[in-house]
Amino acid sequence: MAIRVLIAKPGLDGHDRGAKVIARALRDAGMEVIYTGLRQTPEMIAEAALQEDVDLVGLSILSGAHMTLVPRIRAVMNEHGLNDMPLMIGGIIPDDDKAALTQLGVQGIFGPGTNTEDIIKFIRDLIAPESGASSAS
Amino acid sequence: MMLPQDQVPRVLSGDRRALARLLTAIENERADDALIALHAHTGRAWIIGITGAPGTGKSTLVAALAKAYRVLGKTVGILAVDPTSPFTGGALLGDRIRMRDLSGDTGVFIRSMATRGSLGGLARATRDAARALDAAGFDIILVETVGAGQSEVDIARMAHTTVVVEAPGLGDDIQATKAGILEIADLLVVNKADRAGVNITVRALKNMLELGHPSARTRLASHHGQMLTVETHTINQNGTDPLWIPPIIQTVANDNKGIDELVAAIDAHRAFLTDSDTRDQIERHQIEIELSERVRELLLRQILNTVSAEALDEIVRQVQTRAIAPQHAVSAILNAAKRSGL
Repeated sequence: MAIRVLIAKPGLDGHDRGAKVIARALRDAGMEVIYTGLRQTPEMIAEAALQEDVDLVGLSILSGAHMTLVPRIRAVMNEHGLNDMPLMIGGIIPDDDKAALTQLGVQGIFGPGTNTEDIIKFIRDLIAPESGASSAS
Repeated sequence: MMLPQDQVPRVLSGDRRALARLLTAIENERADDALIALHAHTGRAWIIGITGAPGTGKSTLVAALAKAYRVLGKTVGILAVDPTSPFTGGALLGDRIRMRDLSGDTGVFIRSMATRGSLGGLARATRDAARALDAAGFDIILVETVGAGQSEVDIARMAHTTVVVEAPGLGDDIQATKAGILEIADLLVVNKADRAGVNITVRALKNMLELGHPSARTRLASHHGQMLTVETHTINQNGTDPLWIPPIIQTVANDNKGIDELVAAIDAHRAFLTDSDTRDQIERHQIEIELSERVRELLLRQILNTVSAEALDEIVRQVQTRAIAPQHAVSAILNAAKRSGL
């Protein structure tokens, strides 16, 4: 059963290299990656996550706007009934913000220089037990 | 986690999360009970297949079509299929990039699907996924195939109207005369019609249509595992029924040009199929093909289950060392299945 991940780039900065590298790496790790492209609003991300029924939403944020965007995305996702869908972020995230983001249900935070293997392992560890449960249903 | 069949009433009442979950269960082949319960609620949607080579603009065209149908007040379900890597099993599903204008509209539901090893241009689960969207009440279902070459013709086995998308500069008139996806077209679209060479492409397609005698237009069907052709647009005894000749429509999907004409052509095709009894006939053939596929798959699984992994290894080894021929190996497997009482 394939792990499905949404990779989205919210906000207005146009630097999507990181998101594309991650999308490619996850694909090569055998996952199904839904890539939505640049300048996604929180509403677009929540809607795509719902329709695609992904196991995880990955956000790439390089603009420094993560403390504005992530709470908003979490709120809209929750409005859509996606309270249980985990988030991970990649980008430039100061250590001081990490605790607040974790509180919002961000389970993985990856800065510049992260090895893609670490991200793949993080996702597999996070999703594997849940897939096991749903395969029993 | 809720069982797929418990989601049936929620799917029927338009619950989008339940629909999304059901689609996942269908892709994972764990939704038979739900599909059985949904079957009586299907058959209302008009299914439009969009196929064509990579880069012809299928996703953009799907987005433009969906918008046009929304203006007409129709709800639209979209299944966008992209290929699974044969090496890693992973897939990058990027069709939503071109469909961003549709977001925020609850009359649209977009689902990306990976082929998961299926070769005909669709995923194995696409037909059942379309049924789920149908049961959920969507009026129009747009199915976008993977970038298709010359033999990915599965879409014609599930769509009511098959649209083949071409773009200028992709090949000469010999390419257009070859068998394959051009033959399954109910409508031909030349997208990117603002580009050089559009007249050459349109002319090549026109020639192709004139060379192929429309009265003999046939559709490939599989009957008891045999490939044979069946007439899709049968003529009555007097030969008075009108024939459907695929129109060629020029579009620039990016600029929304030619889309109204395309919608009108799809409507005309729908009226053609519905007014004659052709629609029922085509559906009968499609169901026949589906049943034989399902039986084949199930039987294959059951037969292979009767052979132990070690026994199968041994048979493979014997074929590889040329001790026996593949034909003998098949007999051995079938005999083992018979002995087990299958």
